[in-house]
Formats: sequence, C-alpha cells, structure tokens
Amino acid sequence: MKPIDLLRFAAGAIIAHPMRSALTSLGVVIGVAAVVMMTSIGLGAQQMVTSSIGGLGSNMLIVSPGASRGAGGGFVSQGAGTGQSLSDDDAVAIGAQIENLAAVAPTVRGGAQLSAEGANWNTRVEGVTPDYLLARDLTIESGRMFDNREARQGRKVAVIGKTVASELFGEADPVGRRLRVGSVPFEIVGVLASKGQSGFGQDQDDVVLAPLQAVRSRIVGRRVRGDNVQTIYVKAATAEDLEQVQEEVTNLLRERHRIRPGGDDDFNVQNMASIMAAMTATIKTFTGLLAAVAAVSLLVGGIGIMNIMLVAVTERTREIGLRMAVGAQRSWVLFQFALEAVVLSFAGGVIGLLIGVGGALLMATLAGWPMAIASWAAPVALGFSMLVGLVFGAYPAWRAAQLDPIEALRRE
Amino acid sequence: MIEFKSLEKTYIMGDETVRALAGVSLHIGRGESVAVIGPSGSGKSSLMNILGGLDRPTSGHYFFEDEDVSQFDDNQLASFRNRRIGFVFQSFQLLPRLSAIENVELPMVYAGIPRDERRERAAELLEKVGLGNRMGHRPTQMSGGQQQRVAIARSLANQPDLLLADEPTGALDSQTGQDVLALFKSLNAEGLTLVIVTHDLEVAAQTRRRVSFRDGLIVSDDHGTAS
Repeated sequence: MKPIDLLRFAAGAIIAHPMRSALTSLGVVIGVAAVVMMTSIGLGAQQMVTSSIGGLGSNMLIVSPGASRGAGGGFVSQGAGTGQSLSDDDAVAIGAQIENLAAVAPTVRGGAQLSAEGANWNTRVEGVTPDYLLARDLTIESGRMFDNREARQGRKVAVIGKTVASELFGEADPVGRRLRVGSVPFEIVGVLASKGQSGFGQDQDDVVLAPLQAVRSRIVGRRVRGDNVQTIYVKAATAEDLEQVQEEVTNLLRERHRIRPGGDDDFNVQNMASIMAAMTATIKTFTGLLAAVAAVSLLVGGIGIMNIMLVAVTERTREIGLRMAVGAQRSWVLFQFALEAVVLSFAGGVIGLLIGVGGALLMATLAGWPMAIASWAAPVALGFSMLVGLVFGAYPAWRAAQLDPIEALRRE
Repeated sequence: MIEFKSLEKTYIMGDETVRALAGVSLHIGRGESVAVIGPSGSGKSSLMNILGGLDRPTSGHYFFEDEDVSQFDDNQLASFRNRRIGFVFQSFQLLPRLSAIENVELPMVYAGIPRDERRERAAELLEKVGLGNRMGHRPTQMSGGQQQRVAIARSLANQPDLLLADEPTGALDSQTGQDVLALFKSLNAEGLTLVIVTHDLEVAAQTRRRVSFRDGLIVSDDHGTAS
C-alpha cells in the first residue's frame, strides 16, 4: 500500500471523532505551550538582566563602603553601603595609582524636591564629577556637561535627565534656565540623552547630575560628612583589564584604610560582569527547572494519548480484523495506529506552539520584558510532540497489529 | 485449483485438545460452486479460515494453484487474502465510518492501486451489484441486503480467484437472501469459483456441489446439479 493512504486512514479516524481527538491532543497542547512559554520567559528575563546591567556602563567596577557598625562594640551591622569609609582621596588615589583605567567617578546621591517655573518634581540628585558620563556611558543631548573647574568649586550648575526636563519644562529647552533643588538654586547647563527604562523598572532619565561638592554640602548634607563619597564608579579600559583592576583597587583601598592582612574589608568592590554572569546562571537554572516541570505535563499528555489509543484499538477490533482479512499486513495496521497517535500529538504540538508563542508575547507585553522566543523552540517543540506520539502510540499500535484476524472479526 | 491434502487442525482449550479438522482431503476446481455444510462444531469454520488464508493448518498441505499456502508467513498470507480471496461475511463487516464506495475501495488500497483507478473500479462494482445510486451512503443508511451487496462488491475489488462466503444470508430475510444468492449465481456463471459455508440446506441447494462435514471429517461430497 502507499504511505499517503496510511495518512488518509489515520486522518480519517481522527476526524471521525473530533471532540475526542481534541481532548486527546489537549495534554500535548498544554505541555508544548508550557515548555515554549517557560523557555521564552527565561530567555526574556536573561536579556533583560543583560541589558539592565549593561546599561550601568560596561567594564564597570562599583566600589561602595562596607557596612557601618553602630555603637556598642561595632556589633550591630547597619547593612552594606551605610559605612562612610570612602573619600574623595580614595578616588583620586585610584585614578593616580592604577593603570588601564578609562574613568574614576566618585558620587554621592540624595533625593530632593525640584521646582522650576511653577512646576515641581521629586527625584534623585547625584553629586558627580565630569568623568561620571564616561563611566556610565552617558551622553549629553543638548547644552554641555559642567567641567572640572566648576565641579571643584562646587558651582551650582546641573545636568538633568529627559524625564526631569519634560516634567518641569514640558517641550521647552531647559538649558540656561534655573532650577531649585530643595531650596538651593541651580543653573541648568545640559540635558542627558535618553537611556530609557532600566531592566529593573527604574527610569534612568529621572535624574539630576550636579557637582559632587555642591550636592554633598547643600543637598545630602547631614548624612554625608566632610569628604566622604558613597560610590566610586571605576571603569576599566577594556574587559580584559577588569579583573586585574578589581584586584588592584581592592589592594590599594586596604592599604589606604590600614586594614591588616586577614582583616575584613570596610568596602565592597563589585564587578558588574561577574554579577551579570551570576544572575544569568540563576535565571538559566530557573528556566531549566520550569521547563522540566512543563515537560512533565508533556509526558502526561503522552500518557493520555496512549490511553485513548488503547481504547480505540479495543473499540475498533472488528475494523482491524476486517482490514487484515482484506489484505492489510500486520505492519500496515501497526503504522496506521502509530501514525494516528503521531498525527494527534503533532497537531497538539502545533497548536501548543502557537499558544505558547502567543502566551509568551502576552507575558512579555504585560511584564515589559523583551520578547524572546528561542530559535530552537519551534523545531524542538514539534519534534518532541512527534516523538511523544511515537513513543506512546507504539504500544497500542503493536497491540492492534498482534490481533488474530479470526478472533477480531468475531468480536462484538 | 484448490487441493487439500490430509489437513488437520487442532486447538488447545484449557487442558483439552480439540480436533477441528481430522485429516481432510478435498479438491475444488476452477469455476465450481460449492456449499460446505454441517452443524456447528463440525469443522466447517476451521476449513473456511484455512481456505481463506486467515489461519494455517496444524498439519497437512493446502495447495492453491501449485503454491503451498500452508507454508506462507503472515505477510504472504495477507497478500494472498488480498489478491486471491474475496470474503463475504454473515455480518457484512463494513466499516461504519466509510461510505459504500470507500468500503469497496479498501482491498484495493492494500493492493497499492492509485486512488483514481480504484475509485473508478469501485464505482463499476457498485453499479454491477445494483447500488450505483448509493455510493456515498454510509452502511448505517442502508438496508441489510444493500449492505451485503456492498460487501460483495468489496470482495470482488481485486478480481479474486475464489469468493468465500460465510453464512452470507444468515442476517437477511428470505427475499433479500434469494437476491444475494442470485447475485452469487450470476458471478459464478461468469467463471468465478464460489464456496459458501452454511448450515442452511436451502442455501446449499443453490450450489452445484455440496460437501458435508461432521466431527472434522467429510461425510458426503455430492456433485448433483443445482436445483
């Protein structure tokens, strides 16, 4: 007989019971949809992490103070970054003594109410040096960055993000206008180019940059003493230099802070590349776990197909007997039933793939994540659904092929 | 054409051995019409199963035009049933999902005949049994007599050498039964070899030769002419 006729027989049997066939495929539909959705969500999350950490600036080390210890023997830790161990001099020393650096940018930050021309807005204010732009991969869209001299003098000039600009000034060009940060007047000299939403849902354009000295003394005030800084951004010249620079920064700061060998650092040096690697690995593990759980439902779908195929073989015993009587070889009966299972499962796989892609699209839209469907999702989903049909259809089909035609024809 | 040589068939049922055929030798020539008669348990069903290639004898030989069918493997038997034998069953054995013409096509599908050709031939056969206007009907939409005629058309699909009918009128009223037998007679008149297995003596009286079975053996072989 011809293969196309086997396919016709299989399709005919499936179409004869549309409701039953649909329910039989449902398990595979759900399984494939779940696997596709889970892997897509995982991949989307991975891309999000990559873009958001990348958005902090490339080849970046973030140096922050260690946890401060309160009164009473320094026993009570107040959490990372609460210490005040970093100073302007640390930043200067890093810049002067360590090679292969692109930029060193000490910063302080605080929140403040802004007001200008009757509008007002609450945002982050960062006290920075001009090198901050280079460290964070930021660019100026209009106006200019304040220069080193202005920074040193603590002049009250500011560069604002796009969001701040539109909140306070609407469509108008804010360069040259005045802005009150809290009660302190600043002159706006530039506007940052937009960086958009960071992966963690933070608006990176909602920021005001001003000279470190001015922000420290006039805005952050009480929380930061004298020449303390809160974060030093260190940008290595190339990605290859990053680890070397990290080690040298650590050694230099230990020396400067007079930490004895074996003593704990009173600061943290975070390597963004390694953080990204760790987060990516975590997401991959989670994705794998979710996909494995989803794969179990694919397995359950396969068992559903096997169940229905066994029922079908029993139900259609006389049909099988008749087919054999008029000349069907056992292998043809085997193929017919196996093909039925494969077609059911494959159809489930196709529908599941569509639902999975649709679901992933919906989730990505709702969560504001990048949409990512793995390139292997479609071939693997379809291949696996066929395999499931083959594996779970094999036994019922074998049962059908083993029937004795005389017995089968006699069955009521 | 058909030669049985000391055919035996035994079944094991529990711890009892049943001898359904106890050494049967029989010759059937091309173009004959034969009724195989006997009460149930006489061995006539076993004979029919072996004759049709659905079963193999325990011992002895079955020659079909010089081929020893008793030595065939499963695939050879399937092909033998497909090309040489046309089956007609008491309960018609049509597939309820398929239309009349699709049922008639079935043996031709297994013979590997292309779709257009088998459709054309199936239509001719349905015309021949008087169902030219019922081709698209399902078995459930037809009377018993019509269903049996579809089954006969199906049995003729691959131009078999032997038409093997098992109680073909058993499920029909006497008038439609007569019509079916008349159809058999005309097919036989065209040269088709016909074997009808039955316990109905009126049916048996329609054939030219009657072979009676009892306890696995032939008790009479009557070559009298049909009434």
